[in-house]
Amino acid sequence: MTSATDAPSPRRASGLGAIATALYRHPRAQLGLLLAAPLGWLVIAYLGSLALFLISSFWSVDSFSGNVVTTPTLKNYEEVVSKEIYRTIAIRTVVMAALVTITTIVVAFPIAFYIAKVAGGRTRGILIVSILLPLWSGYLVKVYAWRLILSQNGLLNSVLDPFGLNGPGYSDVAVWLVESYLWLPYMIVPIYAGLERIPGSLLEASSDLGGRAGITFRRVILPLALPAVAAGSIFTFSLTLGDYITPTLVSNTKFIGNVVYDFMGIAGNQPFAAAYAMVPVTIMLAYLLIARRLGAFEAL
Amino acid sequence: MQRRTWKAGIAGVAVVLTACGGGASPSASSSAPASQPAASQPAASGSAPAPSASTPATVGEGEGELTLVAWAGYVVGGTGGEQVEGYDWVTPFETATGCKTTVKVGLDSANMVQLMKTGQYDGVSASGDATLRLIAGGDVSPVNFDLIPNYKDVFEGLKNAPYNTVNGVGYGVPHGRGANVLMYDPAVVTTTPDSWSVVFEANSPYKGKVTAYNYAIYVADAALYLMATKPELGIKNPYALDQTQLDAAKALLVQQKSLVSKYWGTAQEEIDGFTNGDMAVGTAWQYQANVLNTDAEKVKVTKPKEGATGWSDTWMISSKAKHPNCMYKWMDYILSAKANADVTVYFGEAPVSDAACAEAEKQSAGHCDLFHAKDETYFEDVWYWNTPTTTCLDGRTDVQCTDFDAWTKVWTEVTGG
Amino acid sequence: MLLPRGIRVALRIASGLTLAFIYVPIAIIVLYSFNAARVAAWPIQGLTLDWYARAFSNPGIRNALIASIEAAIGATAVALILGSLIAFAVQRYAFFGRQTLSFVVVLPLALPGIVTGIALNTAFRTIGLDFGLLTIVVGHATFCVVVVFNNVVARLRRTSRTGEEASMDLGADTLTTFRRVTFPAIRSALLAGALLAFALSFDEIIVTNFTSGSGTQTLPLWIFANYQRPNNLPLVNVAAVLVLLLSIVPVYLASRVTTDPAATGRT
Repeated sequence: MTSATDAPSPRRASGLGAIATALYRHPRAQLGLLLAAPLGWLVIAYLGSLALFLISSFWSVDSFSGNVVTTPTLKNYEEVVSKEIYRTIAIRTVVMAALVTITTIVVAFPIAFYIAKVAGGRTRGILIVSILLPLWSGYLVKVYAWRLILSQNGLLNSVLDPFGLNGPGYSDVAVWLVESYLWLPYMIVPIYAGLERIPGSLLEASSDLGGRAGITFRRVILPLALPAVAAGSIFTFSLTLGDYITPTLVSNTKFIGNVVYDFMGIAGNQPFAAAYAMVPVTIMLAYLLIARRLGAFEAL
Repeated sequence: MQRRTWKAGIAGVAVVLTACGGGASPSASSSAPASQPAASQPAASGSAPAPSASTPATVGEGEGELTLVAWAGYVVGGTGGEQVEGYDWVTPFETATGCKTTVKVGLDSANMVQLMKTGQYDGVSASGDATLRLIAGGDVSPVNFDLIPNYKDVFEGLKNAPYNTVNGVGYGVPHGRGANVLMYDPAVVTTTPDSWSVVFEANSPYKGKVTAYNYAIYVADAALYLMATKPELGIKNPYALDQTQLDAAKALLVQQKSLVSKYWGTAQEEIDGFTNGDMAVGTAWQYQANVLNTDAEKVKVTKPKEGATGWSDTWMISSKAKHPNCMYKWMDYILSAKANADVTVYFGEAPVSDAACAEAEKQSAGHCDLFHAKDETYFEDVWYWNTPTTTCLDGRTDVQCTDFDAWTKVWTEVTGG
Repeated sequence: MLLPRGIRVALRIASGLTLAFIYVPIAIIVLYSFNAARVAAWPIQGLTLDWYARAFSNPGIRNALIASIEAAIGATAVALILGSLIAFAVQRYAFFGRQTLSFVVVLPLALPGIVTGIALNTAFRTIGLDFGLLTIVVGHATFCVVVVFNNVVARLRRTSRTGEEASMDLGADTLTTFRRVTFPAIRSALLAGALLAFALSFDEIIVTNFTSGSGTQTLPLWIFANYQRPNNLPLVNVAAVLVLLLSIVPVYLASRVTTDPAATGRT
């Protein structure tokens, strides 16, 4: 951390400039002011209420009166852990999130590479716009469009029919398709940004040294793109992990988000919902720690 | 070195902004930082929830404002209601009472309960699966029906309903009613069904084309079927199920799942399903049938011999209502002939009084017959949505019944398993 | 960069397929905005321009669109400021808790929307804020901060400070240096962050439901309500198409700035 005495002396100015200069001379004060507002909101309000949410998972609801009883109890966690259904749902959700992440990585990589390294200037601009544009058409509208594709007499079946095949209809496969579709742009953009940062000279050097495309890809491109992939995966994984709207609309099954949502409202069992919500929270915290290790935070 | 000064200035302003907040009066539930996230006001323990606010004796002048939580399609018009071309029954209310009305459309019953618990709204149009929960939680107040002149015209069958009346104390006024009918596509379901067996029995010929309502309250439909097919279970009220009865309902629902192509949660989902060949038979609201039959008859509906579940939404006043006078005026207004006709014709449900029916006929001929509005015998075997509680709703005191929490767990196991 | 022709072709095909995959549902959305029937049947039964005419006179869409734009602009502005503040703090200073802070900033976006929504709802009620546009903006800003933060941090990491120091050496005061040297260097990062933040806020439904009050209906909430009232279903598709059209130009302009070769250091 540099000290104020090393720096050149700024010209004196009045008003805002004087405040600026004073702060310039006291870097700690600068830092403090910089952080005060965002920290205040993030730590006190957001983290505080998250902590409250966590605490409420140790409470319970009196089934008679429907009121929250604040005596600490592990009842909710016991139920989450012991009853098979909650394990089933959690595993299903995590597996789905992983599948969606892997799918989006596989689909995003070619097009991201194409845009970053192959496409010319104007094409690149058009391609980027084309990828970003669907983000604006609305989550729900896109899911309902997919329902038209997936329905019994829908687009997918009419395409597969001549081959005697049947589409997945409304099912877990449908959830996988739709979620991959929805979050694809969130994976393409970071990977594109990450690939773009790889200097072309590195790739040329690799082939100069005799590396064929496959080796260059495995030894040079992948390791350098890994932080970007990790960064994109944070989005696809977490967005799938917590989603409850898509599973309701294109499948007949329950995911973690559904359970949390169902118990929050009329069941009035917020403590139980909070306890179960700790499952994806814990998973995401672990995921974030791993992603940070892989350098994702620099590539977001 | 750093030149964050410009930013530092902004930071200072930002600190002030976030510290100030909105400057609004804090609601009661926000007093202590240690308050529980979904804290309900402490109610008396025991079977009867104590009213948490006294009912007024008179309705004074309107306070000039009214905030409502309602289903989509219930509060349309004015500047703060839903905006739908050609429909407006809020403006006459605002003109007559001076109560400027804004509506928050609830996503579903669970959402409405959450919203009411914030204490920021004056009233809610609650479905039966939420009403008792709201009452028990102290989120709504009893209603003084003397202050609602139009209440006397309401059909008797809608008064003193079990889902909004506790120990003789009424907590709201009815909005309309409807039955959950059995809808079927005659092109696929060639024999007219007369029983819910087509959606429950393993040997149903329509396996893979069945649909059901994707919500825990649907357990009552299973219980209703068991009332007729397994009388030995002793179910007297589909909303009063002890553990054994609930287990039987669950088994039936698990069996049903193998028949279901897709559950529906919103009207649109079912309309899509029948239109695009995914569904051919299942429980529905008359509304879906109306939409599907707009251009040509595509579906038929029937009430099977076992009866049906149904619903009737109740307008309830918040125990923390900031504008109680306006809320009473609204409750009176929504029961008035023209307003009730407007909303029930638009939404697709039965009006609440003869006068409303007469008005509705002018807008849509045959409306009251279609919805059996005046036919009390039709509604005799319709079990309106009610909130299951541990105190058995059929009056049994020797056992404990299962509450909505338990039903939600059953529904999670049925669909999530 | 010279790639073997086979790989180029393969990449082109893959990209084409991916684009097709992305745009089939969009094409359906556009097609069904012309749907003549009240129900969305496949194949489409008839076409009409009626819904477009009605969309322009429908106050619901207009108000929802305006509310969404206002909320997104507000959230983006706040996220820009707060995100940059934190980015500068984290990148240019060493202090206790620096790593944790970058971690915490990601949380609102990484945790399930329903958890963030409930937490924010509790926070607002504890503070005593009235739910409305302000709470929506604050709620959105909370999870939008991270996208600005990460973009700015990434750019700051690549920006050397010698330019700033040279500017000071030449006699510029702190404000001028910021305006003339620092800001232009991070400008495209700010734009990229702003674009993504705007999109995140504009399309958000879960958190918004917990942080909005009555009378303020953003576009996603309006769409949700309209799926419960299928009377006007094609109107929803019209709204989506109009938003798509409206966003082409801003997205294009923004992407031009962010792919400026000079700013990305592509060799």
